[in-house]
This record gives sequence, C-alpha cells and structure tokens, in this order.
Amino acid sequence: MSQARKQVKKKFNPAVLFRKQIFIPIAALLLLAIFNLIADPSFYKITLGYNSAGDPVLSGYLMTILDYGSELAILAIGMTLVTAASGGQDISVGAAIAIAGSVILRVLCGTDSRPDHMQAPVIVAFLIACVVAMLFGAFNGALVAYFKIQPMVATLILFTAGRSIAAWINNNELPIISDPSFAVYGGFIPGIPIPTPFFIAMVCVIITMLILKFTNLGLYTQSVGINESSSKLNGLDPAFIKFLSFVLLGLCVAVAGLIKVSRLSSINYSVIAKDIEMDAILAVALGGNSLGGGKFNMTASILGAYVIQFLTTTLYKFNVQSDALPAYKAVVVIVLVVLSTPKAREFMGKIAKSLKGSERSVA
Amino acid sequence: MQEKSVLEMRKIYKSFPGVKALQGVDFTLREGEIHALMGENGAGKSTLIKVLTGVYSKDEGDIHIKGHENAVAIHSPQDAQKIGISTVYQEITLCPNLSVAENMFIGRDGGIMQNWKKMNADADKILESLGIPAKSTQQLASCSLAVQQMVAIARAVDMECKVLILDEPTSSLDEHEVQKLFGLMRDLKKKGVGIIFVTHFLDQVYEVCDRITVLRDGQLVGEYEIKDLPRVKLVAKMLGKEMDDMSDIKSSEKPYEAKEKTQPVFEAEQLVSDAGIKPFDFHIEKGEVNGFTGLLGSGRSECVRAIFGADRVLGGTVKKNGKQIKINKPIDAMRNGIAYLPEDRKVDGIVGDLSVRENIILALQVMKGFFKPFTKAEQYAFADEYIKALSIKTASADTPVKSLSGGNQQKVILARWLLTHPDYLILDEPTRGIDVGTKVDIQKLVLKLASEGMSVTFISSETDEMLRTCSRLIVMRDRRVVGELKEDELTQNKIMSTIAGGESK
Amino acid sequence: MKKKLLAVLMSAVMVMGLTACGGSAPAESAAPADDSASEAATDDAAAPAASGDLIKVGIINNDPNESGYRTANDKDLKEMFTKENGYDASFAYSLKNDEQITAAQKFITDGVDYLLLSAADTAGWDTVLKDAQDAGIRVILFDRTIDAPDSLYEASIVSDMAKEGQTAVDWLASQNLSEYNVIHIQGVMGSAAQQGRSGALDSKVAAESNWNIVTQQTAEWNAEKAQQIVQSVIDAGTPFNVIYAENDDMAKGAVAALDKANISHGVGKDVIVMGFDCNKWALEELLAQNWNYDGQCNPFQASYIDEIIKTIESGGTVSEKTIIMDEKGFDATTITQDDVDNYGI
Repeated sequence: MSQARKQVKKKFNPAVLFRKQIFIPIAALLLLAIFNLIADPSFYKITLGYNSAGDPVLSGYLMTILDYGSELAILAIGMTLVTAASGGQDISVGAAIAIAGSVILRVLCGTDSRPDHMQAPVIVAFLIACVVAMLFGAFNGALVAYFKIQPMVATLILFTAGRSIAAWINNNELPIISDPSFAVYGGFIPGIPIPTPFFIAMVCVIITMLILKFTNLGLYTQSVGINESSSKLNGLDPAFIKFLSFVLLGLCVAVAGLIKVSRLSSINYSVIAKDIEMDAILAVALGGNSLGGGKFNMTASILGAYVIQFLTTTLYKFNVQSDALPAYKAVVVIVLVVLSTPKAREFMGKIAKSLKGSERSVA
Repeated sequence: MQEKSVLEMRKIYKSFPGVKALQGVDFTLREGEIHALMGENGAGKSTLIKVLTGVYSKDEGDIHIKGHENAVAIHSPQDAQKIGISTVYQEITLCPNLSVAENMFIGRDGGIMQNWKKMNADADKILESLGIPAKSTQQLASCSLAVQQMVAIARAVDMECKVLILDEPTSSLDEHEVQKLFGLMRDLKKKGVGIIFVTHFLDQVYEVCDRITVLRDGQLVGEYEIKDLPRVKLVAKMLGKEMDDMSDIKSSEKPYEAKEKTQPVFEAEQLVSDAGIKPFDFHIEKGEVNGFTGLLGSGRSECVRAIFGADRVLGGTVKKNGKQIKINKPIDAMRNGIAYLPEDRKVDGIVGDLSVRENIILALQVMKGFFKPFTKAEQYAFADEYIKALSIKTASADTPVKSLSGGNQQKVILARWLLTHPDYLILDEPTRGIDVGTKVDIQKLVLKLASEGMSVTFISSETDEMLRTCSRLIVMRDRRVVGELKEDELTQNKIMSTIAGGESK
Repeated sequence: MKKKLLAVLMSAVMVMGLTACGGSAPAESAAPADDSASEAATDDAAAPAASGDLIKVGIINNDPNESGYRTANDKDLKEMFTKENGYDASFAYSLKNDEQITAAQKFITDGVDYLLLSAADTAGWDTVLKDAQDAGIRVILFDRTIDAPDSLYEASIVSDMAKEGQTAVDWLASQNLSEYNVIHIQGVMGSAAQQGRSGALDSKVAAESNWNIVTQQTAEWNAEKAQQIVQSVIDAGTPFNVIYAENDDMAKGAVAALDKANISHGVGKDVIVMGFDCNKWALEELLAQNWNYDGQCNPFQASYIDEIIKTIESGGTVSEKTIIMDEKGFDATTITQDDVDNYGI
C-alpha cells in the first residue's frame, strides 16, 4: 500500500460521519430515496406541462415534495429556535396557522365572505396576519419565559382555543377568494414552473441563515438552552431570548398560514394544518436536534422537514391509507429515538471502526 | 491476590478516540485502609474509578475482588454494587425530593413491597450509628449539603460494601463538616472497609490517608506509604517535576504602586440583595487583591453576587471610579468593567455543549451586542490567544467545553472574563476542584493581573491560598461582615479568631 | 409563587374567554339564551310564555366548526330553539363521544324536558339514555342514529346516507361512460356518512366490469389531504375520469390538484367531479359547470324536531320513530340559481 493511499484512508473516517448531526436526516433521506428507486424508479420522473391558466408547471413526485414540504420547513425553522431556547415545543402551531389564515382571509374579504375582488392587497393582509400571529406567539412566549410554565402546557391553551378563535375571526363563515392572483402563493407564479411555496420556503431559509450569520441569535438561544443560569451571568436575558423565539415562531406561522389558505383560496377552521405541530416537532427531531434544548442545527431541521414530506408522499404513492400515516411516522420516531441514544451511536461507531479495520487487514 | 488486599486492579488499559486514558495501571487496596488516589486533572483518576464502577468498560486488564476466585467482570454500576463496590460522587446523585430513608433504600433488593415503618426505623438506626444529624423522614433537600453527602455515604456503606469510593466528597463542605466526614471514614475503616479517597486537598490526604497512589498522564507513578512521601514530593510526583515553593509566589510579583492616592475603583455602601445578606460596605483600590473569607454559607459569595447584580439588588449605592452607577443586572456590571467568575463552575460557569471558542467569546460578544457578531476569524483569534496565554489543554478551539477537565474549564471561564478586559475582576472559588498545577497558575495570574493594575476580589475556601494572594481580607460570619484584616493581621490564627467571634483561644 | 398563581389565573381566564366566544368543544354556551333574556325584559313583553313555561331543551351537537354542514345545522337549531318560539335551550358541542355523554349527564341533572342529540359515535349511549328516561326526559336524535333500543328515544331524524350514495351512483351510471376510473376520496372512516356514501359506490364497482377504482383513500373530510391524494395519482400518471369525493371540501381540494396539473373538469370535460353536502359555494361551482354533481345532505332538522315536540306536548304520539328527510342530488346541467339560493348551506 502506497503512502498516498494511506493518507486518503486516514482522512475518511466513517465514525466521524456517524457522529455528525446532519447524518441522521441525510441517512433517512437516502433510505427513502433508495427505497423508491428500487420500488419504482418512475417516482423520480418530472414532466413539464401547462396548468389550466396556460402557465408552464413542473410536476412529479419530487415537485410535490418540494411543494408540500415547504410549510413544514418554514415551521421547522421557528420550532428549532423554540426548542433550542426553551427546551420544549410549541404544540399550538396548527391552531395558530388557522388563526393567521383566518386573519388573512378576513382582511382580503372585508365584510363580504365571497368577494369578487380582494378588498385589500395581499401584502397588507399578510402583514396584519404576521402581527396577529406574533402576538399569539408572544402570548405563548410570555407564559413560558416569564411565568415559567412548561412550553407544552403553556401552548396547550392556544392549541385548545386557537381554532375557535380562527372561526370567530370570520364570524364562523366560510370565506372564499375567487381572485386567481391569490392562488399564486400556494400554486405557481405565472411563467415559473416551480411551485411558489418552495420559493417562499427558500426565502425564509435564506433570511434565517443570514440572521444566524449576522446576529447572535444562534449563540444566544443555544447558550440559554444549554445553561440558563450561566447565560444570565454572562449578561444575557434568558427570559427575553425564550420570548423572542416564540415570537419568531409566530412569524413562521404567519408565512405557513399564507401558503395554506392560498392553496385552496379558502379555509376550514377545524382541519387546516391539522397535526402539523407534530410534523414540525418531528422535523426538529429528525434533524438530530435534542428536544431538550441547547445546541441546534438549522439546516438539519429544514432537511428533516422535507424528509417527512418525502415519507408522506412515498406513502401516498404506494396507496397507504392516509389515516395510517401517523403509524408510519411513529415508526420513524421510534427509530430516531433509538438511533440518537449514545448506545446506538457507540454501536455504529464500532461497526464503522471494524469496517475500517477489516479494510486495513485486507489491504 | 495478596492476603490483605480487598481489591486489585492489574494492567488496566482504556483509551478513547485520540486519548490513551489509562496505560497499564495497577492499583491495590487493602482491607481497612484509606487510600488516596492522586493526580492532576486528566491524569486518569476519574477513568480508573469509572472502570472500577462499571461506567466504562476497560480495554484490557484484570480486576480481582476479595471473595471471588477469578477476575471479576464489571459491566455496569449494578454489577459493581453487587460485588461490593460503592461510590459516592462529587455531585450528589440522590433524589432531593424524597425522604432521607427513601434515598437510602431506593432501588435496593428488588421487592415491590416496602415496609415503610421498618425502612424508616432501619434508616434511623444507621444514621444514628454513623452520627449523621438527619431524620429518616426528613426531605433530603432540607438537609445541608454536607448531610446530603453523608446520607449518600450511609446509603453506600449500608450496601455491605467492601470497597467505598469517595470522589471529591469534601469539595462543597466546610471545615467542620469535613471533620465529621473524616470521623465517619475512620469508623468505616475500623470495620474493615477499604476506602478510595479522591481529593484535591493535600491537607486532607495527610490527615486521614494511609497510602497514596499517584497517576500521571494515564500511567502509574507509584504507590507510597503516607509517611514516606512528604507534601513537596507528592506535588512533584503529580506534576512530574520539582516545583517552586508555593509560598514564594507572592513575593515574585511586585505589588502595583499607585502613583498617587486615587479614589477606589469600586465602592459599595449598604449594598443588599435578596439572597439574605445584611447590608455591607465594600471598596477596592486599583491594583489591589482583596478577598471575602468566612465559613461556607457565611455569605461571601452572596456579597460578590450582589456587586455583580447576579442576585436582585434591594438597596445600597455603588460607585465606580467615584461615579455613582446602577447595577441591576449582570450586563450593567459588565458594561462598567466588572467581571465575575462564579462559584459553581458547572451550574453558573460553562455552557457545556458549546465549544471552547464560543465559551471564551460569550461575555465579550454579549457586551458587543446582538447585531454585531464577531466573525469566525475574530473568534478563533481570541480563542487561540487565550488558549495559549492560559495554556488551556484542549484538542481544539471547537471542542465542547464540557469534555475538558475541571481545571481547564475554569481557565476557559477565566479567559472569557479576561477577554472583556475588566478593571475589576471577581473570582469566586476559582481553585475549587481543580488540580494543584492549575491552582498555582491561577494564583500567579491573579497577582500578575494586579501588578498590571487590575483590581481583584479573590474568594477561596482554602485560607492559605487567600493569605498568599490577598492584601486585605473581609471576614464574614452569619451573612454579615464582621471584620477586615490587613498587613500584619493576615495570619491563619487571626482569621480563625475573627471568624469565630473575636475571642481567640 | 405569586407569579405562578398569576400565570394559572391568566391562562384560565384566557381559556374561558376564548371558548366562550368561539363556542369550542365541549363548552356549553348559554349565551343565546342570555341575550334574548335581556331583550325579553325590554321589548318582548308579548312573548308567548314567561320563563317558567318555556320548554327546556338540551342540545348536544358536534363542533360547528367541523364543516359547513355542521355550521348550517347549528345555525338552524339556534334559530328554531329561541325564547320567542317557547324554548329555553342550552347547547353543548363536542366531537368526542365521552365528552358528549358527560354533557348529556349534566343536562339530565339540570332537568331539561328534551334532550336533542347528534351523537359523535354510535355506541355507548344506552346507560345515559336510560337515565334520561328514568328522569322523564324525552330524547330526540337528529342527524345521526345510535346503536340503542329505539324504546330509549322518541324519534330519530336522519339523512339516509346510503340513499344519498345510491342517488349519486345512479346519477353517475346514467352518464353512460364507456369506462369509469374513479378516484374515491372518503370521509373519516367509520362515520355514517362515509359508510353510506362509500357503500353504494363499492357495490357498483364490484358489480360492473367497466367500473374501476383508481385509488380509494380517506382524506378525513380534509381538503388539503384530498389535494395530496389526487396529486399523488396525477404524479403517478394513472388515468382517471371521475372524482367521487364524499364531501364538498374534499372535492374542492381534489379540483385544486386538477387545476394545478391542467386537467379539465366539469360538464363535458375530462373529469367528472362529484361532491356532497350542497354548500352554497359548491352549488355555485355546479352552476358554473366546473363540477358535475352535488348530493344534498339536509342539515335543516330543526323544523322536524319542533313538530315532534309540539305533537308530544299536545298529548299526541309520534307515529314514525325514524324520520328520513327529503334529500336531492343536483346535476350541473340542470341546476338553477334558485336551487343555489334555496338549498345551498
């Protein structure tokens, strides 16, 4: 064996890969991808067609994943921050989406629930929804940060009441926006064949990455999540950081709400974004982040969100009854929890080591 | 196995990725002896203990226990307990919300049924026989730390143990409590229990131990009878070199000479916080090193926490360089050039999962502001500078700080505060639970900083450390300041008598 | 400590305030009664009865937010059972059977005269209805039947879901397509509406060789899920020409997926779209010929119930235990604006 080869071998250490956080979502993604490739390669077919408005659109399972995984990815951003800072999760995001969506429709519809034209620009409706969703986030955040209530318990309040609030905002009526320009946010921008939600998600991701790069949000939230007492002595205000994370999640909720109501140009208060909180939490977990708070990897969370949609789409493709979906997700959760235990990590590390060892002995 | 041995470990090897933690270490424990296991942080003491208690599995080597024909296999702490090895850790690992008796008996002999009355009676009997001042039905959290530590020992001892491991049991106890603990240890020794005692306090080693095993860099240096190994030699063995007499360090640095009499760097009048201390006055001059002394719980930490705004300040005025300022939160103190290294390194100091680099820049970054993060390059520059300056032993600047040894963690926090370039540095127990070499380093550093004009308040449980570094001592008793000692008054006896209440014996 | 107490109080107030205004499950809201009570004192001197003579009814319903159907149903009931009409009504809402049973027990304790029930689940009602009978409370079921001896209730006013399904399938058969490739989007599995509406289609598919099911999935009345299910079929490239959605919401979701993929739908187009419940907006889609068929599920049971109560109060007996409401199916080619106005909910 030549010296050069030895050098290369030394650099590639599978054990290190196993310890990397982003390994988990990537492995899950690869597993799903390979499964689909073997089961039915047509899964990866993407076709360019034209929709009923005559605009070009790409369609295929991969596009569907990018499309429908977007709300989840956006929520995963906020949920990751909340998890990191508070060591708990917000279970009211589904209900909060109903509220944000309802606000958007209420502003767009004005007094008439079936207007022929939108009564206000979408951006105004969206900004108002942002404010409302951030206020509800602030409510959750205040309970968690200043009154020291367990996040799950604190957000249970909005989880219970949120959908009723959403219905109340529109007087329990069913608003429908007939203007096709509103459908753009959940559909396609005329002339661009990639679904708009994906663009919105990417904008959110880029903004988040910029914020993480150009502010200390990441350092502060992780620091507070890991050791609150020490953070306080370093001049941080842990309560405010937690509060802030919930407000930022509120902002993510408003964006997700816009996409959700735009998809159907309407809203159903009791089922819109149903159970999405569980998927968002799962995305954070799938990203290898500790649900107990502290260190986080945003990229892994976002990837985790798309992996969940990949799973959902795969199950739909194979005609798995959609009410059985939660059972499959439960399996994923079990596998994840087991994989993230130190025992399993150690075991995988050993396998990697022995693989390396056998390679060496062969050489 | 030798006749009188209760435990023999032979040629123990253990390595972690990149580290050879133990390399062929031998260790022998005799029946009825107290055996000190000494070494600097990172020497392999903890690893050896963890191998013995089944927390880690050894790579190679044999462990023999009295009463077992062959080498025993210990795969878990339960295994260790079964063959008679009990451990009491530095951090108390009991359940504070359960009663004393429950803590002593929980998780023992598998039965679901529990005779509560009998359990409490049994517990009381044990507590009484060991002279532990606690009641079986008392909630553990309501006991003092020392008593909790003793309950932990009582629990361990009652499990019919042959080998009792005490890992830094005295680090949170005051002198009186330590004496009680030693009494307990001597009793157990008489009963034939072999005790492994891990500590950083040299005095304590020479007070109770019979023999010493010294480790360095994962290797056995030697095993000695206590009478054959004077202190200086022990320290030399641990460090692997002959060191200067520690009493010399003070004179080696020239005290800072104020050009003219100026106003104090920091002044407090009738300062009081919600942590239960009486209002106190305090001041520190430029380049001065002073300290708070007193028994554990006398309020010395609470005083400095009040200065830093770590507890809620209820009243009093503070001045910085003669100008009145307000300190309500730590950030106010930081902005006024005050830095505070807290007493409890793990709880208040390190941010465990973050890297050494992030831990070092944290305080300065917070002062700089949310929207102005340092670039990665700046962060590495800062981190590397202080890793070098304080010779912090770490694999890299990106290593999680929790994987460093205690002394190096302390240096990281010290680096964090030095980086903020304070004019007033408060060090609360900076030398607790760290190895001798680092202790000396820190004391030297304090004097060096003072000679450069920094004001330092230094708190330590070890009065000789304070005598070596401080030029003025504020003495506390029962949460109030009871005296101030300087110059000639700075003697061990004078401190003792002031703490005790002025009537020196 | 103080802070914690305050927090608990705050959250409690928040929950109460919110559920009161939203009418969320399973809070009982006597709000309508209160409103009219205050009015009665001022301008309603001519009201038929003082509060002592009012007929006390306890109404247990599903969450009005569940669907447009339920919203219309709840509105209809609220308009009927008012002080002006001689009723003192209390409402309880829940989608969960056990919460509904708890509400029923409370109404029994309150001593209502009539218990009106739209059960979330068919099973588990025997004991509580027996209690009601022992207390002299008369029970009238509406919208949904239960598995209990019919001696336990006075009457049951229901839609015949199987008949709704049959009407729809018959209509579909009358379209005389050479081949039927159906995407069947089901409601929550096990619900009466799902069972009735699925049954007719299932037996037809089993009987005819040119009827095929492309996919059969539950979207749980949820438009988003329906959209994903149809999207999945489109992505797979399997041909289909009928969407049989068991309610309007799901049909809407399905159509959103079709629009995205440029698949034409409606009268004379590639895909036939069928829905149920006759939401006003759905009938408008029919009028615009974007959809083809909508089956009615009549939510207006209040007048039937009123009639039964009047009969019982005047000493008469109810001749039929089970009253099936009239229900229509609308075809996009024949629907008129009048139909939309009259039958849309």
